Parts: sequence; structure tokens; C-alpha cells
Amino acid sequence: MILTYESVSQIKEKAARYPHRKSAVLPALTIACRQVGHLNNDLYREISEIINIPYIEVAEAATFYTLFPKKPVGKYYIMVCHNISCALVGADSMIKFLEEKLGIKKGETTKDGLFTLHSVECLASCATAPMLQINQDYYENLDSKKLSNLIDELKAKE
Amino acid sequence: MFYSPVITNAEAVAKSDKLHLFNYVEDPKQIELKTYESRGGYKGWKKVLSSMDSNAVIDTVKQSGLRGRGGAGFPTGMKWGFVPKDSPKPRYLCCNADESEPGTCKDRVLLERDPHQVIEGMAIGSFAIKCHTMFLYIRGEFNHAIDIVEKAVEDAYARGHLGKNIYGSGYDLECIVHTGGGAYICGEETALLNSLEGERAMSRIRPPFPAVEGLYACPTIVNNVESLAAVVHIINKGPQWYKTFGTEKSAGSKLVSLSGHVKRPGNYEIELGFSLKDFIYDPEYGAGILDDKKLKGVIPGGASTPFLTPDMVDTPLDYESMAAVGSMLGSGAVIVFHEETCIIWVIYKLIHFFRHESCGKCTPCREGTGWLEKMVLKIMQGQGEPGDVEKIEDVCANILGRTICPLGDAAVMPIQSAIKHWRDEWQYAIDNGKTKYKNDFAFR
Ligand SMILES: Cc1cc2nc3c(=O)[nH]c(=O)nc-3n(C[C@H](O)[C@H](O)[C@H](O)COP(=O)(O)O)c2cc1C
Ligand code: SF4
Ligand code: FES
Repeated sequence: MILTYESVSQIKEKAARYPHRKSAVLPALTIACRQVGHLNNDLYREISEIINIPYIEVAEAATFYTLFPKKPVGKYYIMVCHNISCALVGADSMIKFLEEKLGIKKGETTKDGLFTLHSVECLASCATAPMLQINQDYYENLDSKKLSNLIDELKAKE
Repeated sequence: MFYSPVITNAEAVAKSDKLHLFNYVEDPKQIELKTYESRGGYKGWKKVLSSMDSNAVIDTVKQSGLRGRGGAGFPTGMKWGFVPKDSPKPRYLCCNADESEPGTCKDRVLLERDPHQVIEGMAIGSFAIKCHTMFLYIRGEFNHAIDIVEKAVEDAYARGHLGKNIYGSGYDLECIVHTGGGAYICGEETALLNSLEGERAMSRIRPPFPAVEGLYACPTIVNNVESLAAVVHIINKGPQWYKTFGTEKSAGSKLVSLSGHVKRPGNYEIELGFSLKDFIYDPEYGAGILDDKKLKGVIPGGASTPFLTPDMVDTPLDYESMAAVGSMLGSGAVIVFHEETCIIWVIYKLIHFFRHESCGKCTPCREGTGWLEKMVLKIMQGQGEPGDVEKIEDVCANILGRTICPLGDAAVMPIQSAIKHWRDEWQYAIDNGKTKYKNDFAFR
């Protein structure tokens, strides 16, 4: 088992609340992804056993939703919104700034496994653009100084 | 102090006897149940349970003229009335908190800063359709809002606003917070229902409409966060009060997100019918164009609505006025761009989004959005050939009105309007092998 006792209980608790247990697929994927950082076939199998639905139904749903990475990502998963409101105030340049700062291209992970950089679609933070999400958290109204400090702080934590 | 530094006009709202949704969103204590209660919170819910029946609630909302704030503007009370009265099946209410249309970020303010207002509205809506299990479908990226909302639901249960035999009325109501997986299409109501059922979020063919056969094939109402929050005030102050502001066909107030090239981007509650021009230039709102440049265009209602040119911005922000100038109020998201913005680049940004978010169920949208993205990119990169714009128009015409859900239309309407308003700029790019304006903006 990859899922911890705690994750399993959380999933079971969720599943029990829905009128139909299949509805627990998304919450289960969320819980699994929070624990592991990404999803894979082994996790789909474990989830299918916990909520008692066929494996394929879990895999089918999971592969539709882009929020869950399907392969390992860095300790800090950086998601930059590149949609129109953010792009009008420099989101694309912000991605270039990060590529230089981290020494990777969009879609890659730094060698030390710390950072993965991705662009994502609108995060509903359009009036505080440009912005990005790192793991669970939003960072809004960014400028180069703030962003540079943020990355340095994360590096310094290690 | 707040998780999100977004600007709101809460101060002006608090002084107004019309505006109401943003009254307390600048007070960090508003998320606490006791603060919400001390300000009259859950009074509407108590009133409904103690003195009204479901028909009376539906009639009240009908009389108020409230129209759905999620984008389509469908009258809320009328929608509730579509739930078959004699159906023996359970009924469900889903609050749509999937907010993900580029430009739109207003629901997030309510969820993060006044969650009980949303829960109370959901409860009243549930009672109106005799529902005993309601869902709050919230996008999975909103981790902070999810924590706030889950805590609020827990507190509401503990104080007896939710659960069994609420206030001794005999009415039971459960609330389930359901988190999404990062797909814009989950905001489309039938895709949302599939997602809630644990399926891929693909839109359903209508009929049957959700009000008759929705979640688990039972009668279901899907409403936007803001629509449900407004219901609380309509119950408390009466439908006549709600109708005293806004316009005849667009009653009440609306939350509008303002983003792009303005000096004061933010989320503002306005009376429907407020001038778009003032919204962009008034120091209390947008405060004018960034760097005092000239305005080039506006997307008035979120990424799926047609553009307005500078000569069209002197238009009231309401459903019918926006329709009269060929656009839509949509979800209430004004995106502004200045004179140095390349329209082809704007379209590339939009069509990329729609191609990425197409659920893939129907061919015109699945294939067409991909073709459009490639063709627009080609022109943007200076490889455009004579006839390309016409080809784009042809593909657009073959998507429009031929898809299962409105995402297909949403993808093409901005393109058609960008070609109509700025055809010379497309021609320029094809003739000169490069776009007239540059394709990125500095990160400051
Ligand atoms: C592609 C697409 C995305 C949508 N996204 C949202 C959304 O994020 N939030 C929302 O409330 N409505 C959204 N809608 C509209 C919903 O389908 C539905 O009309 C709305 O939630 C109904 O609530 P209302 O009547 O209160 O506006 C979307 C529609 C489409 C076609
Ligand atoms: S229009 Fe697009 S998003 Fe809607 S059902 Fe068809 S493929 Fe899916
Ligand atoms: S466009 Fe970037 S958060 Fe909405």
C-alpha cells in the first residue's frame, strides 16, 4: 500500500457521505495526490479497492483532470497562470524570468528535485495578476523582486 | 491580512442601502460564524423555515427579478420552478463554485471572505426545491477557500443551521463540499454533474434538463455562488427592495471583476446598469488605463464574450445593454487592453484556453478549437497566407451552434468579433509576415 492509514480513512469518510460511492473518486484522487504529490496506476488501483469500484473507472476519471500530475514533480510545483488577464501584465515574461532563475525550461524539474515549472490555465486570480500557485498556495500581484525573493526563500529553507 | 490582496469596494458597498454582497468582505472576522450571526446572518434561513413554504420562496425570488450570475443570466426563481413538484425522487442543489473563466475572480472573494452568506443562500435554495442534500462544487485549486468553506460548514452544523431537524422545524439538510480537479468545463452545469458523479467531466446532451434529470438522474438545480448569496438578501429585505435598483430587466447588483490594463484591477459590486466607461475610468474603480495609454478594446463579460471597441464602452453594464451592443454581461468580468496590444495575440491566448479546456465530446469543438489555435498561431508567428482569415471564419461558422454545450460558441464568438473589429490588423500580419504590435508584455 502506498496510501497511508490516514489517507485511507479520509477517503472512506468522504465516500460514506455521498448518496453514491463513485462520487468519492475526485475527493479520493485529491487526497492521494496530496499525500504522494502525483498520481499513478498503483494509486488508482488502491483507490478502486477502497471505494469499491472498478479500477478502470478511477483511471478514466483521473486522466481527465489536469490538476493532478501523472508523474513525479519537484518539491515545489510552480504553476504559472498564462491566460489573458495575467498575460496582459507580463505572465509570459514571468515564465521566462523563472526559466532563467531556475535554469530549467517550462515543463522541467530542477536537478536537485526542488522545483517543477508549468504554465496553467486561469486560477481565478485575474485581478491580482500576474500570479502563480506553488503546491497549495497562491502568490498574487507579483513583480520580479517579490518573485525573486520568494524563490530564494524556498531555496534557503533546504 | 487577507489571503488574497485583491481590491474590493466594500467600503462604498457598506455605505449604500442597495449594494449588499460585499458589505463585510474587508472584515477578516466575517468568516467566523458568530460575527456573521451578529450581523443578521442565518435570519433569512430561519425566516424561511419558520414562516414560508417552498412555493413562497420561489415566488419571492421570481418577483425579485434575480437572474443567474454564472454567465447565462437565466431567471433564478423560474429555474427553481422547473423542478417537478410531484417527483418522488430526491432533489439536489449544487452551488457552482468552479469559477475558472479567464477574467472572472469574484466568487472566490465570497468563498474566502464571507462563506456563510453562500451557505445560507444554498440552504434557502435547497428549501425552495425541497432538497435535503446540497453540494458545494468548488474548484480544486482553491485550497484556501476550501479550508474556509469546510470550516464554515462544520460550524454551521455545530450551531444547528444545518443537519437534522433544523431549528426544530423538522427539515433536514446535509451539505457536502466537493472539490474539483482543474477543468474549466466542470463549470458547465451538466459537466459539473458528471464530475460530481465521479465521471469524466463531459457535458450532457439536453434534454433532459438537470431540473428534471440531473445528479444521479434526479431533479437538480445548479446555481452560481453569487446568485445564491443574493437570495439571502432578497429573502431578508423583500423582492420589492431588490427591484428598486438595477434596471427593469436586470434587477439588483452584480459583482464584476476588473483585470488587464487598468490602474486599479479588482472586484467590485455595482448596481446593474452602471456605465462600463465609468467602471474603467472612475478613480473608485479602474482609475483609467495603465500608463495612461489609449484604450484599444474591452472584453466585458469573461473570456467567452465578444469584444467592445472604445466607441462602444459608453454602455451600461447590464444584460440587455450588453446584448444590444453585440456582447454579453456573462459572468461579470471586464478585461481591458490598451493600444499597444496585438489582437491576434489576444485571440491566441483565448483560443489556446478553449482548446485546452474542450471536453472532447463533440467533434466541431474538439477538432475545431485545435485547428483554430494552430491557424491563429501561424498568423501570429508571421507565417499567415492570403485566405487564412477566411479559413478561420469558416471553421468558426462550422462550430457556432453545432456543439453539445456552449463552450464551442464561447470559443468562436471572440474570434469572430476580433476579425470584425480589427480585420486590418489580421491583414497586416499576413501582408507583412509579422504582427503590427508585439506579442508580450514586460514583467515588472
Ligand atoms: C464552459 C462553461 C463554463 C462555465 N463555468 C461556470 C462557472 O465556473 N461558474 C458558474 O457559476 N457557472 C458557469 N457556467 C454556467 C453554468 O453552466 C450554469 O449556467 C450556471 O452555473 C447556472 O447558475 P446561475 O443560473 O446561478 O447563473 C459555465 C458554462 C459553460 C458553458
Ligand atoms: S462544445 Fe466542447 S466542451 Fe462542450 S461538449 Fe462539445 S466538446 Fe465538450
Ligand atoms: S487569467 Fe490568470 S488568474 Fe485568471
